[in-house]
Amino acid sequence: MVAALTHIFGVHNLALAEDVVQDAFCRALEVWKFRGVPENPAAWLMATAKNRALDILRRERTARTFEPELSRLLQSEWTLAPTVEELFAVNAIKDDLLRMMFSCCQPRLPEEAQVALVLHILCGFSVGEVASAFVSTHAAMEKKISRAKKMLAASKRLFDITAPADFSARLPAVHRALYLLLNEGYHGASAEFTVRAELCHEAMRLTAILREHPLGATPATYALTALMCLSTARLPSRVDASGNLNALFDQDRSRWDQRLVAEGLRFLDLSATGSELTEYHVEAAIASVHARAQLAEDTDWNAIVSLYDTLMRIRPSPVVALNRAIAVAQTEGPERGLEEIFSIPNVDRLARYPFYSAALGELEFRRRSYEPARKHFQAALALARNPMERRFLGQRVGACEQKPIIETGQESRPPGSPRGTSQAH
Amino acid sequence: MSEFLYLYRGGESGGSPETMQQTMQKWMTWLKDLGAKGHIKDQGQPLEPSGKVVKGRKKIVTDGPFAETKDVIGGYTLIEARDLEQAAELSKGCPIFDGDGMVEVRPVMKMSM
Repeated sequence: MVAALTHIFGVHNLALAEDVVQDAFCRALEVWKFRGVPENPAAWLMATAKNRALDILRRERTARTFEPELSRLLQSEWTLAPTVEELFAVNAIKDDLLRMMFSCCQPRLPEEAQVALVLHILCGFSVGEVASAFVSTHAAMEKKISRAKKMLAASKRLFDITAPADFSARLPAVHRALYLLLNEGYHGASAEFTVRAELCHEAMRLTAILREHPLGATPATYALTALMCLSTARLPSRVDASGNLNALFDQDRSRWDQRLVAEGLRFLDLSATGSELTEYHVEAAIASVHARAQLAEDTDWNAIVSLYDTLMRIRPSPVVALNRAIAVAQTEGPERGLEEIFSIPNVDRLARYPFYSAALGELEFRRRSYEPARKHFQAALALARNPMERRFLGQRVGACEQKPIIETGQESRPPGSPRGTSQAH
Repeated sequence: MSEFLYLYRGGESGGSPETMQQTMQKWMTWLKDLGAKGHIKDQGQPLEPSGKVVKGRKKIVTDGPFAETKDVIGGYTLIEARDLEQAAELSKGCPIFDGDGMVEVRPVMKMSM
């Protein structure tokens, strides 16, 4: 709704568009509390917002300038209402969402700010909700979002999605933001299952809109969709009811959403056209190997190692290298895994990353060097970023102290999370 | 059974979308409950906070009502109850009190013929 209104008012009037939506929402709740929620609340809200927009345009069309592309149509009473009507049509709204999405993924904004903006404007999350999704304080997030909005408002007009060259040039940034949104849901710090699921579903919803656009339906978009389906399918078993992390090895695979798995595999097939191989293709392929294994022991680790090799070529990072090393340990034993980890270039860049120490701990643990393992887990624990990670790592420290006879598994995960997350997931 | 009018005055409006939604939910539950017990004659409507006041012999029209927020009538409901006491008692479930608002309970005057 904000996207549609911003198209009408112009992106420099973003705040006005948000006020109108807020206002429509307040009025709706006021009426609903007496008359009950109507059958189609979304349509009701839309209609209210549309009427408010008309009021404002009539009242302020001399005082303000609205969207430059539309100003002539909005000036005359003859064309005003039909123009607004048209802009609120279902297809127009989808286009506006897409334009807003592309506008938010402005490369001058830091990536995290882009994602926060998408969540706030396109997904309607309140500042508080965005803050909790990122485990940030309300004040810090407020600042970040308002700075990003200013930047957006200064860009004067919404991104033009009809120009193929511009569209393709901005598309990777949009993919990236959607990918980060998914990551935030899947690997992010929020311990609440509902928050995570919602983030993953929003990422999927926005990607679906992108896919419907002829220029947006690229192999990379299909690959990203596949990755989203396959990751989201695992979500129900990843964090248990009390907010504890479950390593991939310990997950109850019967709780994976088979419908989403099938959907993911179908999109992965669709993505296999064209000449471009993106990181999303590779990550989705890795996720599909996991999804195809009925039991954790059935996982085809050789396939995973070679996919990580490919990923290292396309998008090398210490985190990817670390995940690769863990996959190597699965096929060739913990010693080889440790060797691989120590030979990662720039391995010191992982020093602040709790799951680097955790991976060392896990491998030491598996070759029964419990004391070094405990030290690594202890170090990881000191770096943990939220209660959920702390609980998970605390349990691993405990396991080392007990020196158990039964070994626990080790897992790999879709790699490359730039916010740095882990194999413990 | 007699009829009474509830006039809702004041109370908090606004807040975060989440709290507003909760407030709405409480109102709906309350009204539904009253309805289920056969006390609702007309659940009424909310009123816009602004309007005009036409006053006196000269019928002077001013913007208004300009009362303090706590006194502005935000809506009404027509209910049925045994007597004024019961009507007042029934109003106590109204969520408006959470926001420190008030419910004015007025018997509808009826001619018996």
